[in-house]
Amino acid sequence: MPYDYRPYAYVPPPGLTVPEPRHKVVIVGAGPIGLAMALELANHGIPSVVVDDNNVVSVGSRAICWSKRSLEILDRLGVAQRAVEKGVTWKVGRTFHREAEVFNFDLLPEDGHQMPAFMNLQQYYVEEYLIERASAEPLIDLRFRNKVVAVSQGGDHAVAEIETPDGPYRLEAEYLTACDGARSPIRGMMGLDFDGELFEERFLIADIEMQGDFPSERWFWFEPTFHPGQSALLHKQPDNIYRIDLQLGWDADPEVEKTPERVIPRIEKVVGHGDFRLDWVSVYTFQCRRLRRFVHDRVIFVGDSAHVVSPFGARGGNGGLQDVDALGWRLAALLQGRAGTQVLDDFNAERVHGTDENILNSTRATRFMTPDDGVERLFRDQVLALAAKAPFARGMVNSGRLSKPCVYPLDGAPDDTGLPEVSRPGAVAPDASLGNGWLLPSLAGKVTLLALGCEAPTVPGSTPLVPDVTETLRARYLGSAERALYLIRPDQVVAARWTDPGAADVAGEIAKLWRQA
Amino acid sequence: MTLVTTPNLTDADGFYAALLAAHKGRTEAESHALNAQLVLILANHIGDAAVLREALELAQA
Repeated sequence: MPYDYRPYAYVPPPGLTVPEPRHKVVIVGAGPIGLAMALELANHGIPSVVVDDNNVVSVGSRAICWSKRSLEILDRLGVAQRAVEKGVTWKVGRTFHREAEVFNFDLLPEDGHQMPAFMNLQQYYVEEYLIERASAEPLIDLRFRNKVVAVSQGGDHAVAEIETPDGPYRLEAEYLTACDGARSPIRGMMGLDFDGELFEERFLIADIEMQGDFPSERWFWFEPTFHPGQSALLHKQPDNIYRIDLQLGWDADPEVEKTPERVIPRIEKVVGHGDFRLDWVSVYTFQCRRLRRFVHDRVIFVGDSAHVVSPFGARGGNGGLQDVDALGWRLAALLQGRAGTQVLDDFNAERVHGTDENILNSTRATRFMTPDDGVERLFRDQVLALAAKAPFARGMVNSGRLSKPCVYPLDGAPDDTGLPEVSRPGAVAPDASLGNGWLLPSLAGKVTLLALGCEAPTVPGSTPLVPDVTETLRARYLGSAERALYLIRPDQVVAARWTDPGAADVAGEIAKLWRQA
Repeated sequence: MTLVTTPNLTDADGFYAALLAAHKGRTEAESHALNAQLVLILANHIGDAAVLREALELAQA
């Protein structure tokens, strides 16, 4: 069955009749990133107004691959369980050259994690679940059919001029977060441009509904016989919907290629029959670009409005949720007077770093998938030829390196050599079973002192966690050490760790998180 | 480890002849393909990123 798009109610906002008081945060865009931003801020006690020019969820499935890290973030926002129940979880990707499998990967080969490696779920479902949560949250004021037409800044606030079906009004907020997508109108209004690369390549993207018995895996083909000389991707979604991406070449006319007369014969060749319903079609080009800075005084760009990548690697939506992850706790503390404004510089530096990693991976995959004529194509083709006969070349076959959180460069963060690499400062704390629950949810939203094999010192502004040392905890947090103390940020990122708890300046490290003088 | 730039082949003339023999009778495109595979195979064998960087620099000098 096609998704049932139900419009959300427009309610005339108070600002139409009386000037509204200055808000804490105005969030522009009620897509997955804007809604996640609102819920994350609400988790930290910060109210927000979310405005969107539309009144339905995402038209078309769009972002479908949600990473383990995104699910951990969505768990804090209260929608992960529902999403995982509905979604198609997967962890294996297979890459084919013509008929033969040349490479496969398993994204989560070990046990002891609450969340799966990846989950496919149409963006409209994720938005529906987030809207439901946001509507039930008293701190969130969600306003549909409220379109921002102008934005400006004062010294200590931002102003958005809004148009509604009942006329214009004005919203002031201490901060405005632009979560308004890849074509961000806010970015345009502020005269900001992306830097980076645009690839001369077009892909057709189609969702079809059919009864199929494809496994829950990601399948990618180079030069398949059903689509000679090009690339193709198949993903399974809930409701018997399959996502198919087909490379078209730069000369393809996007308007013509979107017509069913052109799409259906192409899909028939992929699936081998015509017994399917076309659900959604789009044509896209590759871009790997970002804003130079994400923070512009009182306006903060989050998600696709700040950066875009080519889709093979699922680094768009997942990258955006990681922006939310890095911003929420800091912005909340800043607004509550618990943090210095440099926390926004920290956010900017960390997410520029993460974005550059996403852009690097995405650019490399794109180059491999769509090589220029000449030597680029020569090497690409010869890697594929070698992959059939030498194991080393299989790892060079690049159909997208799938999203995983970057490790933030926390220069000077206390660390002790000998502790496991996987939980080093800057990394998201690895999950583990605690017997009656999971580690990651118990770290969410606060500064935690995780003590393993020792007592946790009492330090103001931190919450101790002293679990029994299981084998998994030992492997992921201790290695050969007998004890360790971990300082973990509200976004579940390891900030510092010590093997000698007595020598730890925990208070000093906590002060650094909040940029307190 | 650094890139070996002094004579290192046990039979340099023999290798040179074997390289030409491998290309004999091939079109230019086939030779390019063979060379590309050779570069990838040898690079994997070397493995060391610093040595490979030196080799790339020497070839471009």
